[in-house]
Amino acid sequence: MKHMRITTVHQSITFSRRMMLLGGAQAAVGGLLVGRMGWLAIAQNEKYQLLSESNRVQLIPVPPRRGWLIDRNGKPIAINKASFRVDLIPQQLVNGPQIISKLQQLLNLPPDEVERITRELSQSRGFQPVSVADNVPYEQYAAITVRMPELPGVAASQGFTRFYPAGSAVGQLVGYVGPASAAEYEKENKNPLLLIPGVKIGKEGLEKTLEPVLRGEPGGQRVEVTARGKLVKELDPKPDRSGGTVQLTIDADLHEYAARRIGDQSAAVVVMDVTNGDILAMPSMPSFNPNDFSDGISQNEWKMLSDNDHLPLVDKALESLYPSGSTIKPSMALALLNAGIDRKQIVNCSGAFQLGNHTFHCDKRHGPVDMDAAVVHSCDVYFYTMCLRVGAEKLSPMVRSMGFGEKFDLPFETQRYGTIPDPEWMMRKYHRKWQGYDTVNMSIGQGMVLINPLQLATMASRLATGKRVIPRLLKNKPVAPQTQLAVDEDHLAFIRKAMWGVVDHGTAATAKLPLSGIQMAGKTGTAQTHNLSASERGDYTSATWKLRDHSLFMAFVPFDNPRYACATIVEHGGFGAAVAAPLVRDTVTFLYDKPKAIAALQAFEQSIGGTLAEREARKEAAWRQANGLPPLPPKQA
Amino acid sequence: MITSAIIPRPLAKLPWRLIFLVTGIAMFGLVVLYSAAGGSMHPWAIKQAMVFFAFLAIAVAMSWMRESTIKAIAFPLYGMTLVMLLGVEALGFVSKGAQRWLDLGPIKLQPSEFMKPAIVLTLARFYELVPVAEIRKWRAIWPAMLLLGVPAVLILVQPDLGTCIVVLLCGVTVMFLAGLPWWFFAAPAAAFAVVAPIAYGFMHGYQKKRIDTFLNPDSDPLGAGYHIAQSKIAIGSGGIWGKGFLHGSQSHLDYLPEGHTDFVFATMAEEWGLVGGVLLILAFALVIRWGMRVSQNARTRFAQLAAAGLSATVFFYVAINLMMVMGLAPVVGVPLPLVSYGGSAVMTVMLCLGLLMALERQQRTVSRLI
Repeated sequence: MKHMRITTVHQSITFSRRMMLLGGAQAAVGGLLVGRMGWLAIAQNEKYQLLSESNRVQLIPVPPRRGWLIDRNGKPIAINKASFRVDLIPQQLVNGPQIISKLQQLLNLPPDEVERITRELSQSRGFQPVSVADNVPYEQYAAITVRMPELPGVAASQGFTRFYPAGSAVGQLVGYVGPASAAEYEKENKNPLLLIPGVKIGKEGLEKTLEPVLRGEPGGQRVEVTARGKLVKELDPKPDRSGGTVQLTIDADLHEYAARRIGDQSAAVVVMDVTNGDILAMPSMPSFNPNDFSDGISQNEWKMLSDNDHLPLVDKALESLYPSGSTIKPSMALALLNAGIDRKQIVNCSGAFQLGNHTFHCDKRHGPVDMDAAVVHSCDVYFYTMCLRVGAEKLSPMVRSMGFGEKFDLPFETQRYGTIPDPEWMMRKYHRKWQGYDTVNMSIGQGMVLINPLQLATMASRLATGKRVIPRLLKNKPVAPQTQLAVDEDHLAFIRKAMWGVVDHGTAATAKLPLSGIQMAGKTGTAQTHNLSASERGDYTSATWKLRDHSLFMAFVPFDNPRYACATIVEHGGFGAAVAAPLVRDTVTFLYDKPKAIAALQAFEQSIGGTLAEREARKEAAWRQANGLPPLPPKQA
Repeated sequence: MITSAIIPRPLAKLPWRLIFLVTGIAMFGLVVLYSAAGGSMHPWAIKQAMVFFAFLAIAVAMSWMRESTIKAIAFPLYGMTLVMLLGVEALGFVSKGAQRWLDLGPIKLQPSEFMKPAIVLTLARFYELVPVAEIRKWRAIWPAMLLLGVPAVLILVQPDLGTCIVVLLCGVTVMFLAGLPWWFFAAPAAAFAVVAPIAYGFMHGYQKKRIDTFLNPDSDPLGAGYHIAQSKIAIGSGGIWGKGFLHGSQSHLDYLPEGHTDFVFATMAEEWGLVGGVLLILAFALVIRWGMRVSQNARTRFAQLAAAGLSATVFFYVAINLMMVMGLAPVVGVPLPLVSYGGSAVMTVMLCLGLLMALERQQRTVSRLI
């Protein structure tokens, strides 16, 4: 090119060629732009329309009302109580600091609350309310509403707080509610509902496991807002949907009665309807008061509960495991009959039993006993002898089929199921061979045997019916079909008769029902927790509470046509017949004769120093004093 | 051109097709500004209307300029603009802040705007003076590079990346059409790949961030990527037919930033949809094609180059703005001429169109024999 002379003709050809190129490039850019716009507006239209709508419309959520928990008769167990709350609407707020100091005066806000409000206010978007105070007493609420005109941006409204009429009697059953924690907020994919002031979610127990049903759908005021958070107009509100009501199989009155009848003991009681497995009562005492928890609990309250050796934070009906003690004997007797042992065969009880170089004791010298007497008077030597004769392989399956060690599908997060050992289990778990003394221990519900109170009640139900009764707590859950247990009906009748004998003239003769025509059948149990000498065992006052035996009792009623089963385990209660059996007696009496049972309860409560609430208040005051804390102001009614 | 016995000759000789097109675009722009203000002529539409008609009148008046006059003022205009740019720079140095404006009492002048037509006219004039045989020689290249480079650097440091890019592209277009050798364009493209990362290092923080955001818009959807994200939402949610006049939520609720200036196209597209967008792009395409025709029909080298360069100015304005608004280019702050609110873009485009009309008139009125 260099040596070629460029002429005007060349130049004009170059120009028009490059003009075409430029025009082509321009057209290409134009095409690209139209194509791009078409892509955005047609292909991605749906996506961008959604984004535009989520820009435009914001929801001021209205929390749904939490569903109720009601008992089998429709009596409320957990409800919502109207409460008053005060919020700030940042957008309408004029002169924030002055208003906040006025609110501080009117509501007696502590300084750290004022600091929180100021911080939340500076972080909030214009239309999202900031909570000032929850659960405001009516007088303060009224004081605010009267001054509304001089408090722009302050909103006083009615909300709801969770209320449990029975208080601590239902604590372990229902659990409690509280504001969502950061972890719970993350777990629910940052559900904005959880951030609304005053919204509480289930934290424990039924409140937690039934959360999906109880929560409901939040509604809200849909508003059009600008990018800066200014409200432009209100759109149609989205209605909220209250949480669903859940009916339990619990009989609230019976439950509360049993809870109160436990008194100052650490115990759980389970009452079941043997015809369908309905759990009618399942208190575990002492317990926390869920009403205190829903308001938020103080450090001191928490410390007091966790320091208590009666474990108010544990549901003893499902989470605690105990040796079954002699309550295992009716099932053992069934297993013996099944294995071909003659019920008339006599074993001579000398009060002690020698196996190898170890002596196993009986609680007294029973002399010659047959199977009936062995159950009625709870003779250990009889069961040592007979069970060794039959062998553990034939015992464990029968005991398990009666409900010990069985898992039940109940709406609780933590349940412990315990163990009924057998040789195979022993090898797997402890890598050793099953020994004769293992059979001896198991025969009286000691050693490796561990059960919970619900399993004990289930065993009573199954002995009563001969059917595989399965406990049920939710009323809308279908009753599990009750299959026949692999037991001879004649054997069962014999065992029921023996259990009737326990209450009629045996170890639990003190627990006879004060009712005419209704008789109870049962079995006591005393579970050793520590190796105490016979003299120490006889004199409970000398042993510290922690070392005493657990006291157990299971029963069904009426013995000739069973309808209800009841079981209790009283931690360190001592001899089974002394504490557990009377507790069951009164609870069962309540099922048939309420006035009589209530009279008994009143007498009982008087003997231990007042009603549940009175005793709890007194205990708290004593604890605060012992820990150098100022006494609490009297609670508002 | 309207030929009728009733209309007076001078009026009939105006390029009415262009005037209608431009007025149409501007009117549509006013409608969009009316909506962007929440259904009000204030504060934008009324001012914009006044500015537009004033400059339309100036452009029409300019159409009687002779080519020789335009040629004569090319270098002085360039020199004056350069001096003003330096003045702005000095003022900025004194006041220790970014400066783009020259405050002349009642009006504020943005000299970088004048530089767009000025650079086109100057380069056209320069290449007219370069003898045909010299066009591929070094001495045909370095003066042009200097003429273009100095103002480009001055504008870049103002800092005004958008205007700098438009000025550069306009100048390069004229040089390309003038017939400079291919390597002159290929080499810088290759060099760009090398230099770009280094230049990036010298950029201002906000310029850097805009480029980061363009390369990865999702990196910062609430910060710097916000503009592009909201603009795409506005355009995409408009769909084919749009949400309807005065019904754009993105613009009315302030989610779309700069909805009346740089991002006015998004405001428009939200309410008028793909249909409105395509019509607007088509109208601009016709204006640019009209200018390119003027260039093709020009009989002098100056007119050829100047007309093509002036059309390219309009093209680059529109193309860069639309690419930016649709997320195809970084946010560089180039308004959409005639539609975006603001006088300077209207002024520049109307000056370009006035010059084009003048050049077009020459083709029709000046006898080929002279």
